[in-house]
Amino acid sequence: MKKKIIVILILLVNLNINFSYAIGPDIFVQSTVNRASEILSKNISREEKISELKSVAKDTVDIKGVGFYSLGSMRKNLTDNQKNKYFELFEKYFLKSFSSRLSEYTNPKIEVQGKKVLNENYTIVESILIATSDRPEVKIDWRVYTKNPDNPLIRDLIIEGLSLARTQKEEFASILSSNDGDINALFRTLEKFSKD
Amino acid sequence: MFKKLTILIIFTFFFAFNVNAGSDGELVLQEDEVKEIKDCFEKLNRATFSFNQGLDKVIIKPLAKSYRSLPDPIQKGTTNAVKNLSNLITIPNNILQGDVKTAIINTARLAVNTTIGILGTIDVANKMGFPKYEREDYGQTLGAWGVGPGCYIVLPVLGPSTIRDTAGSFANVLGGDPWYNASIHGNNEYLSEGLYIASRALSGIDFRANNIESFENLEANSIDFYASIRSLYLQDRENKIKNNQRGNIEVLYKDEGDWEEIDNQ
Repeated sequence: MKKKIIVILILLVNLNINFSYAIGPDIFVQSTVNRASEILSKNISREEKISELKSVAKDTVDIKGVGFYSLGSMRKNLTDNQKNKYFELFEKYFLKSFSSRLSEYTNPKIEVQGKKVLNENYTIVESILIATSDRPEVKIDWRVYTKNPDNPLIRDLIIEGLSLARTQKEEFASILSSNDGDINALFRTLEKFSKD
Repeated sequence: MFKKLTILIIFTFFFAFNVNAGSDGELVLQEDEVKEIKDCFEKLNRATFSFNQGLDKVIIKPLAKSYRSLPDPIQKGTTNAVKNLSNLITIPNNILQGDVKTAIINTARLAVNTTIGILGTIDVANKMGFPKYEREDYGQTLGAWGVGPGCYIVLPVLGPSTIRDTAGSFANVLGGDPWYNASIHGNNEYLSEGLYIASRALSGIDFRANNIESFENLEANSIDFYASIRSLYLQDRENKIKNNQRGNIEVLYKDEGDWEEIDNQ
């Protein structure tokens, strides 16, 4: 019997089966910010912090969804090859942008205060970045996509009422409209940002 | 004339730079705030934006950095004093928006802070438990009355604005700002144009000093800094007009259809 249990356990591990369980969006956000805070307060280089923050973002943000959203109506006009290229570039851009923004903070303390369930797909988790002597308190709301309760994903950060997803979308739209809707111009911009 | 222009510019710097709002390209009674706000003069706006960035780099940011090196109590006292002065514009706008209760609270706040708080340098009202202070201006009042923002514009020195918010700023120098009236037109030996200009300039430097890192971070992580500032400015004004500090979900996700489409792909 004991042998059987061990065999099953080994099989499960080898088959990489994950035991999933529903996680509340507020707990998910608090655990995400705790992970980020822990990284930011570590005594490691900025580059190492950025690298670790990128893996947090990969686990917790719906990067593909945010990428599609940021593209606006242009997403309907892309070929499959262009879509693939876009996602490759967008992921690099997003991870660099996301982690660079956060890496400026040292040991930030974020406290989850509550949540508003909008519908079965979305919950807004309300939090504050606690004030320090250098900066005032900052309200940060997280738009969490909860369609799969076992795997909630962040789709937007709303800082003091300002949506980062919307800002990013309007930035992309501006680049496209300045270049007569040429997607290659956006590709070049994303590429340049990631390389610099 | 030059003095008036200088005053107008400095004045707007504080109120426009502190962030104003937007909508559909026409200064008409708004039917739908959620419409896109047109950037009718984008080429000119971008040129002005570059000019403002240069000015910021050479003059405003260095001044803000020097200001940051002052002792904390001086900075805090200045922040409080300029906030207290802004109440002189907030109170009439509370009334114009029909919010008499807040106007009374803000009047009491102004009285307490100006007297016990030593000309507003100490926020006594806050320590006494007054509700959180929210600035109001004439642009916000026009928005609350249903006036659409008109085109987005970038003003030299003053920064982002809209036709509506710029029009609102003019109300200040046309009698809507008691501090301006007393300083410029008042027969008072203690107040002068110079003091008014200095107070407005100080307010701008204070704002810039409190946002040095935020702007640096935003610029470093934007692929189109102009578009980022435009987006953030217009979102902020929408929130302020609706008195929604955490953002209005309906406004933030006005194109919710995008997400639905993405989810169904």
